[in-house]
Amino acid sequence: MSSGSGSLSRYIAIRILLVVPMMWVLLTLVFFLLRVAPGDPVSAAFGGKLSEEALDVRRHNLGIDRPLIVQYLEYLGQVARFDFGKTISDNRPVLDLVRDNGGATLTLTIGAFVFAVIVGIPLGRLAGRYRDSWGDIFIRLFGVLTYAAPIFWVGIMLVLLVVKLFPGWPTSGIASPITVFTVQPKTHVLLLDAIFSGDGTAISDVLKHHVLPCFTLGLLLSGVIIRLVRVNVIQAMKGDYVEAARARGIAERHVVRRHAFRNALVAVVTVIGLQVAATLAGAILTERTFNWPGLGTQLVKYILARDYIAVQGLVTFFALIVVLTSVFIDVINGLIDPRVRY
Amino acid sequence: MTEIVEDRVTPVDAPGATVLEARDLRVWYATDRGPVRAVDGVTFELHEGEILGLVGESGCGKSTLGRGLIGLLPEGSARDGELRFRGKDMLKLKPREQHAMRGRDLGMIFQEPLTRLNPLMRISEHFSETLKTHDKSISKAEIERRSLEVLRVMGIPPTRFHAYPHEFSGGMRQRLMIALTLVLRPPFVVADEPTTALDVLVEAQIIRILHDLRANYRTALLLITHNLGIIAEACDRVAVMYAGEIVEIGDAREVFSRPKHPYTRELLRATISLRTTGLNYIDGAPPDLVEPPPGCHFHPRCPDAMKVCATRHPVLRQHDGGSTAQCWAADLADGLADDLTETERTPLPREEIAVADEA
Repeated sequence: MSSGSGSLSRYIAIRILLVVPMMWVLLTLVFFLLRVAPGDPVSAAFGGKLSEEALDVRRHNLGIDRPLIVQYLEYLGQVARFDFGKTISDNRPVLDLVRDNGGATLTLTIGAFVFAVIVGIPLGRLAGRYRDSWGDIFIRLFGVLTYAAPIFWVGIMLVLLVVKLFPGWPTSGIASPITVFTVQPKTHVLLLDAIFSGDGTAISDVLKHHVLPCFTLGLLLSGVIIRLVRVNVIQAMKGDYVEAARARGIAERHVVRRHAFRNALVAVVTVIGLQVAATLAGAILTERTFNWPGLGTQLVKYILARDYIAVQGLVTFFALIVVLTSVFIDVINGLIDPRVRY
Repeated sequence: MTEIVEDRVTPVDAPGATVLEARDLRVWYATDRGPVRAVDGVTFELHEGEILGLVGESGCGKSTLGRGLIGLLPEGSARDGELRFRGKDMLKLKPREQHAMRGRDLGMIFQEPLTRLNPLMRISEHFSETLKTHDKSISKAEIERRSLEVLRVMGIPPTRFHAYPHEFSGGMRQRLMIALTLVLRPPFVVADEPTTALDVLVEAQIIRILHDLRANYRTALLLITHNLGIIAEACDRVAVMYAGEIVEIGDAREVFSRPKHPYTRELLRATISLRTTGLNYIDGAPPDLVEPPPGCHFHPRCPDAMKVCATRHPVLRQHDGGSTAQCWAADLADGLADDLTETERTPLPREEIAVADEA
C-alpha cells in the first residue's frame, strides 16, 4: 500500500547521494586543519639535521611550498578519481595502507560493537523496566564506570590482571608471529584468512588475541548503550500507547517487548550509529594499548611524521566509515519506523 | 454512608441487568505531602446498555475514577471500598485476575487518539495482538473477520486494515481506538473525554457512535467529559463530581432541568452557548485533595452555604424527580432537612468564606 518499497528505495537513494557533499566538507576541513597545525613533513623528518636551504629544496620538490588553494584543488581533483596519493615519509600508496591495516581495525571495532550490544541492550532494558530497583542501581553504576574510565587505563589494568591470572593468554598484537607467517593472505582480514585456511590453531590464536582489545573497547561502548537503552525504555514505558495496550489486557511482558522496547530501539539505533565515531577514536587508543596492527596505530605514526598525504587519506577513510554508517543507520531506521519513509 | 437511597431511575431504553456497581469506592495517590484522596467514597451503578455521563471541572477526580474502575492506576495508588462487576468484587481479586479482565470485561477509550496506537505496529497487528491475548486459539481468519466487522461499524474501509497509525486522521484514529476496544465486546467501557482532542464535526460523529453502542453491543458506558452538551445529547443519566465525590446523580434531563446541588446549578450556568450574553464562573478553585475542607467540600465556594455546611458533611438523599444529591441546602429546600438546628440553617457569614478560601 502507501508504505511500499518505492518510497523506501527513494529514501535510501537520497541518503546515499548526500554522502558526496558530506565527504567534500570533511575533506576540506581535514586538508586545512592539517596545514594550519604547526610543522610539516620535511621539518618533522629532517628538522635540525639539514640546513634551512636544504629543507626548502625538499619542500619545493614535494610541492608543499605552493599556495594552499592550488594544493587543495589538486588534491580534490585526485580524490575525485579515487587517487589518495602516496605517503610522503615512506612512499606507500594510501589505499594499500588502508587495505593492509584496515582489516585489523575492522575486526576490532566489529568485535567491540557485538560485545557492547550483547551486554548493553539486555542490561539497559532490564534497568529501564525495573527502574530504581537494586538491579537498576547496579547496572547504572556499571554503565557510568565503564563510560567514564579512560580506555587506555582499562586496557593496561586488564593486561596486568590477565597476565597475573592466565599467564599464557595473549595480550599484544593480532596473532602470534607463527600464525601471521603461515596463514595465506587473501582478504587482508586476518580473521577471515585464518577461517578460510581452515587451520583450527590459527583461528583460535587470532580469536584469542581479539578477546582483550574487543572487550576493552566494547566495555566503553556498552556503558553508553546501557544508559541509552535504559532512558529510552523508561520514556517509552510512559507512552500513551503502552497504557492503551495495558488497558486491552495485554500481558506486561508483551507490553514491554512489543510496545515499549521496540519504540525505544528507534532512538537507540540512531545514537548507536553516532557512537561509531567515538568507537573509532577509542579504537586508536585501544590499538596503541594492545600493539594492534590497525589503522589507528598507522595514523598515530603518520601524524608524528606530519605526513599530510597519509593523514589526509586515513582521516578521510575514517570519515567515510562514519558517514556510511550514518546512511546505514538511516536505512535501518526507515525499515523499523514506518513514519521515517517519506 | 448508610443513608444512601437507591437510585432506581429507569434508563430511557429497556433497563438491563446491573453490570457495574461501586460502593463507597475510594482511590488514593501517594504524594510527598500525604495521600491525595482523588476519589473519596463514590457510589453508583451502571446497567447494560446504559450511558452514564460523568462531569466536573478539571482535577475533580473524573479521570481517576474512570481509571480506578478498570484498575489502570499508576504505581503508588490504592483502591478501597467495593467495586462489583456482575456481582463479583473486583477489588478482592488477585492482580493477575484483575489484569485478565481488562480488555475482555472492562474497556477503555482515551482522550488523545493520536498517541494511543503503537506507531510501529500496523492496525491489523493491534487487532490480532488484542484478540490473541484473550483467546489463544483464535484463527487468523476469525481475527480478520471480527476486526473487519467492527471496523465496518466504525466506518473504516477494510482496505486500510494493514496500514500504519500515522496514515490516519485524528478522528479516524479515535474510531480505530473505539473499534480496538469493542472488538473484544466488553460489557463495560470507560470513555475518558473521547472527543476533547477532536474538532466539532468529528466530535458529533464519535458521540453518535458511542450513542449507538447501546443498540449494537448493549455496552454499559461511563462517558467522562466536561462538555455538558455531550451529556445532554448522549447520556441516560449523569453524575456530577466535585472534589472526589459524586455530589449529584440522576436522570440526565432531570438533573439539567432541575439541578439540586448548587455546584450542578453553577456548572450549568457557566456553560457557554450562542445565547450566552456574559461569562459566568464559579469563584475560587477546587479544593486541595490532600486536606479537603471540613463539612461539605464545596462550602467555601457555595453561594447557598449555611453554617452546617462548614461543620457537617452532607449525606446523599433522594429528591423529588428521582435525582440523588449530597447537599444541606437542597435538603432544606425540598423539606428533607428535619435534622438541622436553627443556628445550623443560618447563612455562612462572608468572612468565613474568605478565610476558608485562603486556607
